[in-house]
Amino acid sequence: MLKRISFGDKVMLAVIYVLLGLLAFSALYPFWNAVAISFNVGVDTSKGGITFWPRQFTLENYQVILQDERLINGFMISIARTVVGTATSILMTAIVAYGMTRSYLYGRSFYMTFFIFTLYFSGGLIPTYLLIRSLGLMDTFLVFIIPSMVSVWNMIIFRTFFKGLPVGLEESAHIDGCSNWGTFFRIVLPLSGPVIATLALLTAVGHWNDWFLPSIYITNEDLLPIQTILRETLNANIKTAQSSAIDSSALALIESSKNTSSKSLTMAMMIVVTAPIILVYPFVQKYFVKGVLVGSLKE
Amino acid sequence: MSQSAPKQRPATVTPGPRIHSSSFLRRFMKQWDVQLMVIPGVILVFIFSYLPMYGVITGFMDYNLFTGSRIWENPWVGFKHFEAFFNAPEFERLIRNTLVISLLKFFIGFPAPILLALMLNEVRHMFFKRTVQTLTYLPHFLSWVIVAGLTMSMLSTENGSVNMLLKSVGLINEPINFLGMKEYFWSILISANVWKEIGFNSIVFMAAIAGIDPALYEAADIDGASKFKQIFNITLPSIMPVVIIFMILAIGNLVNAGFEDILLLATNPVLRPVSDVIDTYVYRVGLGTHRYSYAVAIGLFKAIVSVTLLTIANYMARRSGNSLW
Repeated sequence: MLKRISFGDKVMLAVIYVLLGLLAFSALYPFWNAVAISFNVGVDTSKGGITFWPRQFTLENYQVILQDERLINGFMISIARTVVGTATSILMTAIVAYGMTRSYLYGRSFYMTFFIFTLYFSGGLIPTYLLIRSLGLMDTFLVFIIPSMVSVWNMIIFRTFFKGLPVGLEESAHIDGCSNWGTFFRIVLPLSGPVIATLALLTAVGHWNDWFLPSIYITNEDLLPIQTILRETLNANIKTAQSSAIDSSALALIESSKNTSSKSLTMAMMIVVTAPIILVYPFVQKYFVKGVLVGSLKE
Repeated sequence: MSQSAPKQRPATVTPGPRIHSSSFLRRFMKQWDVQLMVIPGVILVFIFSYLPMYGVITGFMDYNLFTGSRIWENPWVGFKHFEAFFNAPEFERLIRNTLVISLLKFFIGFPAPILLALMLNEVRHMFFKRTVQTLTYLPHFLSWVIVAGLTMSMLSTENGSVNMLLKSVGLINEPINFLGMKEYFWSILISANVWKEIGFNSIVFMAAIAGIDPALYEAADIDGASKFKQIFNITLPSIMPVVIIFMILAIGNLVNAGFEDILLLATNPVLRPVSDVIDTYVYRVGLGTHRYSYAVAIGLFKAIVSVTLLTIANYMARRSGNSLW
């Protein structure tokens, strides 16, 4: 290749590097700042001026967070929900998808239309809420697991992947007397590592990050996952700030209530909630890049 | 939805395409094991997706929570709730906010990842490129609660970095309460969305760029085309099919202005005139004030618009040679 770069291209490259640098910085800075604030003494933070490093270093915020039983419990609920929800959903969806790849499946095109229709039209928030209510799923752990067990999107991605597997493998398994279920568990699943990893990752992130469904379906404090608790804490802080702007005498009253916490404490809580994702992120990066492509480019 | 059929095991368990049975039941029984893979999924989707669709008829009733699943005992009221919505004082601003927010997301949030992919493609230092990618993909995996929390922290009047920056360069004297003022909300909402998704959404465009034949660039180099010209004459035209597909998908989604992001960022009621969209309104009147039938009717109205848009989008996609499924 010729390596003579014109002046115009040099300028363009410089601009690109600067813009990308700025973008990367703006992606990182909010975390960095949150970490710095979370290690700073709460009273000191309110004086302002914390950017990259804590001014008065303390571990106290994290000690408070990690000793709060409500938060620990929420953390456990989130973990349980993520593990159980992901495992059941991936297995169930993969089984359905494998069944849907059998060309002789009676009613296959009906089933496909049946599934795909739900991507176009949904009953919406309120009918779903009333249904969950009448099924008695309110305030149960199962509400995290069962309604999201079959994902039509993931089913389509699984199906596309299964269709791409070499037909000979399955045929020879059938000839050797392996049943459909046997073929699925012994041949197809072991060959589906990458797509399972990708979809499991995205499903797990979805479970871990969900705060909304618990906020409408769960009233029992002991069943609230960590994201919903975090949301409530953030909200309580905002309410405090708003009412203090309106009426400063109300501030002292609210300040003493248990939900209010300093900004440093809130940041420590946010870091704790984000930590699991940041910790696994470097190890799974290659999977999701692959997975996005499986999902969007298909075939 | 009878599941009695698969119970007894037929003599032959190997189903195959050769079966030509006259009766539905016999054909079904021959392949009970495969049916057993699909039917539990069908039942779950029926319960959690189709029963709520059936529930939309409560939008034409005065639904009362105490009738529970005996929906038919509620009185029919026809289009009363639809009319009430079209005549509601909030109607105009709901439609306007929904359209403005989703159009802003479309015109800013859609091209941004393409631009990022084009820029990343010019970077030759692999370490720099990978660092930028790693950092910009990450926010996609954070919940909106965290993103909203970080946004509030950045914009806060108490040790908020944005206010500190503006103050130190002398643009302002007093910190601005950005999330308490109507004029800033749309910019904040769109910025937070771009911040969260720009990297992740660029992946698919990066892949499309990676699939371009390098010989095209070599030929252009020999002919003396500048990098800038190559972007416009090779890279962009080559990824156009992918861009078009994603654009069509985005058009099908125009009625969804967002929900979680607005709910979490617009906690201050002062913002309601600019932040209230159809979805947040349904949530507030339905679950907040328990006007179920009214909320169901609005949800149905939105769903119908959405189906129409999606159908058109899918039709367009098919015309361009790419079915969505």
